[in-house]
Amino acid sequence: MVCALGIEGSANKIGVGIINDGKVLANVRRTYITPPGEGFLPKETAKHHREAILALVQASLKEAQLKPSDLDVICYTKGPGMAPPLLVGAIVARTLSLLWKKPLLGVNHCIGHIEMGRLITGAQNPIVLYVSGGNTQVIAYSNKRYRIFGETIDIAVGNCLDRFARIIKLSNDPSPGYNIEQLAKQGQHYIKLPYVVKGMDVSFSGILSHIEELAEPGKRRNKRKKQQDEPEPDYSQADLCYSLQETIFAMLVEITERAMAHCESNEVLIVGGVGCNERLQEMMRIMCEERNGKLFAIDERYCIDNGLMIAHAGAEMFSAGTQMPLEDAFVTQRYRTDEVLVNWRQD
Amino acid sequence: MALEILKQGAEGRLYLGEFKGESCLIKERFVKKYRHPELDTQITRQRMKAEVKAAGRCLAAGILAPRILHSDLTGHKLYMEYFGSAQTAKQYIQETVAKSTDEQAKQSLEELCTSIGGIIGRMHANNIIHGDLTTSNILINPNSNSSSSYDVIFIDFGLSHYNQATEDKGVDLYVLERALLSTHSEQPYLFEHILAAYRKECGKDEDAVLAKFEEVRARGRKRTMIG
Repeated sequence: MVCALGIEGSANKIGVGIINDGKVLANVRRTYITPPGEGFLPKETAKHHREAILALVQASLKEAQLKPSDLDVICYTKGPGMAPPLLVGAIVARTLSLLWKKPLLGVNHCIGHIEMGRLITGAQNPIVLYVSGGNTQVIAYSNKRYRIFGETIDIAVGNCLDRFARIIKLSNDPSPGYNIEQLAKQGQHYIKLPYVVKGMDVSFSGILSHIEELAEPGKRRNKRKKQQDEPEPDYSQADLCYSLQETIFAMLVEITERAMAHCESNEVLIVGGVGCNERLQEMMRIMCEERNGKLFAIDERYCIDNGLMIAHAGAEMFSAGTQMPLEDAFVTQRYRTDEVLVNWRQD
Repeated sequence: MALEILKQGAEGRLYLGEFKGESCLIKERFVKKYRHPELDTQITRQRMKAEVKAAGRCLAAGILAPRILHSDLTGHKLYMEYFGSAQTAKQYIQETVAKSTDEQAKQSLEELCTSIGGIIGRMHANNIIHGDLTTSNILINPNSNSSSSYDVIFIDFGLSHYNQATEDKGVDLYVLERALLSTHSEQPYLFEHILAAYRKECGKDEDAVLAKFEEVRARGRKRTMIG
């Protein structure tokens, strides 16, 4: 029986979760939302987190109906992520650990997503597609590590979506990706975009530049060549959203399928913020059905960054005997998924 | 004619068949229902054409590749030369490691890597970018006439293209390095031998390609990965 409190704050979400022996007791979260056309910057995001975190810790304890003395371990996101927001979580976790005299554990953010997905869906040994604003990886477990089979060679898929939303000035509330997904449902015409798969890896930066030119004709194109009699574009923003989703999700499904064939696996788990996109889930499900495989997907409560996943992964580490001295309780912006020794899995 | 299915991969099926009296391999690509039909048609055609072109270019440059006997774009089928007694480099490496001592294995794998690296270098010198370099896409075909007792044959040119840009060559090498790390994590020395042999054959852009390769390796968010 391990009762863990987890604090997550690696990007624009700040969340606190409490889990007791695999049972969800609390999962509260606040998101820093910027005006349309703007992204979130480290300093302002950290300020938002500082103002929200103490109330979230109290709310989580209240929701779980626990006292601090009922907890066994305090967990926080050690990385990867933006340093200033990460530090907010780490400092609060360190303080609580000293104040309440509880052990402290730093958790890899990506591992948090994977373990949360496995807990909620019950998937045993799936190929994991981890897609978010900062990460795009195809992961398979082997020999005590989550190994990265394919990943983006430039920007993350969520970053590509977020930046496109900024170009067309979509709202960031609740998230840019959600608004692209809704607008894409009205798309009628499929517009050809670059499709970039390199072995098991993918690339999104060229697609973003291309669609940027389509969305704002004249702005960039005039620099390169003057075409006065160029016709007005006959596609809408909805068409662009639709085509962007169709193209980049097809790339993700393709590399996932390659990893499945390579590892001879029949299960797929999608985690990370982009993972709650229903079109991505639908495409992945069709691919799985064609191969007699099975798709495991989760909804936004667990897909999008949350404190619960940090609590859960930390609880797994804690029960496997992992300890962390206080002087190691720092944060790091660079922390690869395959750096973590997965000592809690027996297979 | 009943066709024997040899292998079912992620993108297609391989059959053993016949074309104008010659036994051959038939590679059929499936329609992917999850993709937009227009995108699916475009990708399938593009990859079949890439495969035909690259195989031709390789043979013209004296690099071994399966000869394409016939392409059926509407039926999504390619008819190509079949190497019945070949095994993939992945199998070869795993078998070599399993049945010989560490020293012997290392030596014979070094030889293999030298010839793999040399061939990739020659491909790049001819501006052929393979696009999907893995040990599953390299065949080891026994040949008693050649000096090394086997031929190394590259296959699966579906993701290939023709480009002299150092960027593309750098990415090609990077894809191979990653594939070796995930598939042969117990033999970390393979890639350095491949790279050493590559440098001797890759032509005048050697330094530029290597610099680009380092750049691709270290590229921005790749290692940082902001969560």
